[in-house]
Amino acid sequence: MSTVATTVQLSETRIARRETRQQLLRSKTFMAGAIIIAFWVLCAVFGHRIAPHDPLAQSFPQLEGLSRTYPFGTDQLGRDVFSRVLAGARDILIVAPLATLLGIVGGTIIGLVTGYFRGLTDDVVSRIVDAVLSLPLIVIAVTVLVALGHSTLTVIVVIGLVFAPIVSRTVRAAVLAERQLDYVSASRLQGERAPYVMFVEILPNVMGPIVVEATVRLGYAIFAVAGLTFLGFGVQPPSPDWALQIADNYTLLGAGTYWWTVLFPALAIISLVVAVNLVADGLARVFGR
Amino acid sequence: MSDTAPTLELKDLDVVYRVRGRDRQILRGVSLTIGPGETYGLVGESGCGKSTTALAVVGYLASNGRIRSGSIRVAGREVVGLSNKALRELRANDVSMVYQNPGEALNPSIRVGDQVAEVFHVRGASNEEAMELTLQALSKVQIADPESVMARYPHQLSGGMQQRVVIAMALANDPALLILDEPTTSLDATVEAEVLDLIQHLQVEFRTSVLFITHNLGVIAKMCERVGVLYAGRLVEEGPVDTVLKDPRHPYTVGLLRCVPRGGARKDRGRLDTIPGFLPSLDEELRACVFANRCGLAQDVCRGSEPPLYQITEDHSSRCYFHEQAQALPRATPANLGQPVAVDRSKAPLLAVKELTKTFEQNGRHIHALEAVSAALWPGETLGLVGESGSGKTTFARAVLGLFAPTAGTVELDAHVLPPTLAKRTRDDVRGLQIVFQNPDSALNRRHAVRRILRRSLKKLAGISGAPAEERLLTLAGSVRLAERYLTVRPSQLSGGLKQRVAIARAFAGEPRLVVCDEPTSALDVSVQAAILNLLVELQAQHRVAYLFISHDLGVVRYISDRIAVLYLGRLMEMGPAEVVFDGPHHPYTEALLSAVPTIDGGGRARIKLAGEIPSAAAPPTGCVFHTRCHRRIGAICDQQEPPLVEVEPGHLMRCHIPIEELRRLQRPATEAVPLSGSTKPAA
Repeated sequence: MSTVATTVQLSETRIARRETRQQLLRSKTFMAGAIIIAFWVLCAVFGHRIAPHDPLAQSFPQLEGLSRTYPFGTDQLGRDVFSRVLAGARDILIVAPLATLLGIVGGTIIGLVTGYFRGLTDDVVSRIVDAVLSLPLIVIAVTVLVALGHSTLTVIVVIGLVFAPIVSRTVRAAVLAERQLDYVSASRLQGERAPYVMFVEILPNVMGPIVVEATVRLGYAIFAVAGLTFLGFGVQPPSPDWALQIADNYTLLGAGTYWWTVLFPALAIISLVVAVNLVADGLARVFGR
Repeated sequence: MSDTAPTLELKDLDVVYRVRGRDRQILRGVSLTIGPGETYGLVGESGCGKSTTALAVVGYLASNGRIRSGSIRVAGREVVGLSNKALRELRANDVSMVYQNPGEALNPSIRVGDQVAEVFHVRGASNEEAMELTLQALSKVQIADPESVMARYPHQLSGGMQQRVVIAMALANDPALLILDEPTTSLDATVEAEVLDLIQHLQVEFRTSVLFITHNLGVIAKMCERVGVLYAGRLVEEGPVDTVLKDPRHPYTVGLLRCVPRGGARKDRGRLDTIPGFLPSLDEELRACVFANRCGLAQDVCRGSEPPLYQITEDHSSRCYFHEQAQALPRATPANLGQPVAVDRSKAPLLAVKELTKTFEQNGRHIHALEAVSAALWPGETLGLVGESGSGKTTFARAVLGLFAPTAGTVELDAHVLPPTLAKRTRDDVRGLQIVFQNPDSALNRRHAVRRILRRSLKKLAGISGAPAEERLLTLAGSVRLAERYLTVRPSQLSGGLKQRVAIARAFAGEPRLVVCDEPTSALDVSVQAAILNLLVELQAQHRVAYLFISHDLGVVRYISDRIAVLYLGRLMEMGPAEVVFDGPHHPYTEALLSAVPTIDGGGRARIKLAGEIPSAAAPPTGCVFHTRCHRRIGAICDQQEPPLVEVEPGHLMRCHIPIEELRRLQRPATEAVPLSGSTKPAA
């Protein structure tokens, strides 16, 4: 009888885990987002190779409309827009996730410390967080980039540092709820030090909100990187980056005729941001937030 | 509605829940009838289908639940198959339900008056009429100042008051049937007693039939005329309360009654009996007796076919082939295992707490949670800590453990003063003091497997790691009767009792000197409670560990404690050997607490009603803190002077102005009236 009970229990775990997975797979929002993201990730990796033309070559007729050879037309330097859209995901898909990762790691640490210790630590750090939050991201980023000179690393660090306080609020709220639970007291009564309690005991229990927050932040990071690139502080030429394409060509919109040079990269950015948010929604629902 | 029709009639009710594409049977052919004005108790452990029965009656089954067959008739009218609209009418007019947690049943953002008035609005009353009726309804549930209560929000009321409001709403439509689902489980004993009194009183006044669902056999004995015992969705025994409790004819009922520590049961006089095994899994299609797997009397016939319903007398029935031998059910746990060791109080105490005081600051107010409480504990001894919520029990325990620093006072372990907080205590001191929490769900990290939790405790508390730790882990798991297969799973996959075993194993990973047990069994079913209490007694005998045992269940406290301390508003009111505190003469507060507990053997003690509610610890009363509610107040001295804590008898401390001899005289009639058996009827 005892062996029967074990198998029942183990299969129950497996069933429960499979159910979480199935819940995600069944969620239309999550799946739609995941498929779009997967598409752009593939493009970022293989885009240069699957593109019909060399995305960097300036050897084609300038400002051609849509045609069989150039499905999305060409831009003013004679580059193929379709090939550039396919290849343009690479830089943003490196910079934005790294910035997000930095923000999440930093924010998680701040959130754990302020939520666990509370008191003076919490008050001081929380006021600094408030101060950072009161300035628009782009303003801080541009200022820092002008002061320090722009490099990809600086972009990642600046966005990450601005995200950290925002993430820390979410984490802190989750930690505050968690530290009330008896297992935290039990752990302290075993003589565990604060870092162990925070990172080994509490952290695994607040991963749900952190994962959701990470996807939401990723959406904002893509936004921010595209914005900075457009202003000339982010990804640098000759990359086929989408925001760079828009920056290169938006002045032509005045003439009204060369819309394809801007529309297609813009749609690409939109699709990516929307997809990330769809995934965030799906995760949030499964993690019950 | 005809007067002769029963108010509720269930016939062969089968309820299934569809889980992962399969129907799991929750209720198996339940039949019962409740006559007009009758109170019917439904008792059983969690997962037996008590609440499902109630939800089926009001048509509130979860979306995956359905009535597969059978019939439910309320006042002669078939409920199964009614349209949603008809069900709404039924709930509006004929059936009301009161749930366990009154705080959740009330909308926190609507004033109490408007909330109750809503019920009358639905029935077509105008604004003024509704308010007038609300006022009357609240007066009927004995709310002292209904106008002011109507203007307040639910969170501004105590739990007992909230439950009164919920009951007022439930009775507002003058229902034929009132369903009470564990209505007093979340309340303090004194408040519970008042709410139960109120329900009895109202039932006489309204002539409502009541379906009373509870796991507490004492409450059943106090409140009900007939009782049905539910096990695994099957009604296994039914009959008049007196008969079933005194002459049970189903082994499950017999087992349940034996699990409860009562009638002065004590750890040194024998162990509690338990019910071995677990409820059958919902996956099993049961063709045999539902209880056969756990029954000491089971024969082949029990495992082969379902026993029919045997009619023992006209109104007493049991679903057991061996109903005549049910009371001869062999014990699952021998009575004489691991006898506790005698406590030697001539030596120095293990723990000495001196004048421990804790004042919390909250929104600029000072909450006096603990006022100069002193106590001592010797190795191998259990000190029971009792009192209503807010009396300072948990504050005392946590300050001793060092989870926060006391405002004043000291804690000494082995005659050396401990630093106030954990961070400053030495490793040995930390190891010496451990705790078992009330709620095993939150006491174990849900992300860590049991093995990981216990390995870490062994490392921190016993300093063992690596290969020897694995060996010790198995010994440790064995000592709390935790099978090895449970080590690999996470706590969420364990039942409450198993989780509590893991928590106990964690506390015993080192060699603890003192373990705080903070209501360790109050979240568990009685059969599991018995097993856990047995385990604690056994471990105490083996390790000579001292327990600081907090509980609101006086039967449990009496069973496990050598001495008992009674706290009220953060002050020690009485402390003494368990027998003395229980047998009296008692402090008036202890007397009231004891009288509030409904017992299976019948309410021998006359109920003492405490006036009003427990005062705020932010502004404790002058003089004796208990004088505002005391039924034995002798005069101005009580209001003005705080009585000192004096030793009234050897080892018996009390804080009261009334001399002990006077208390003995005053309390004698009540104490002597305790019958060994007798009427359990509340009419007295």
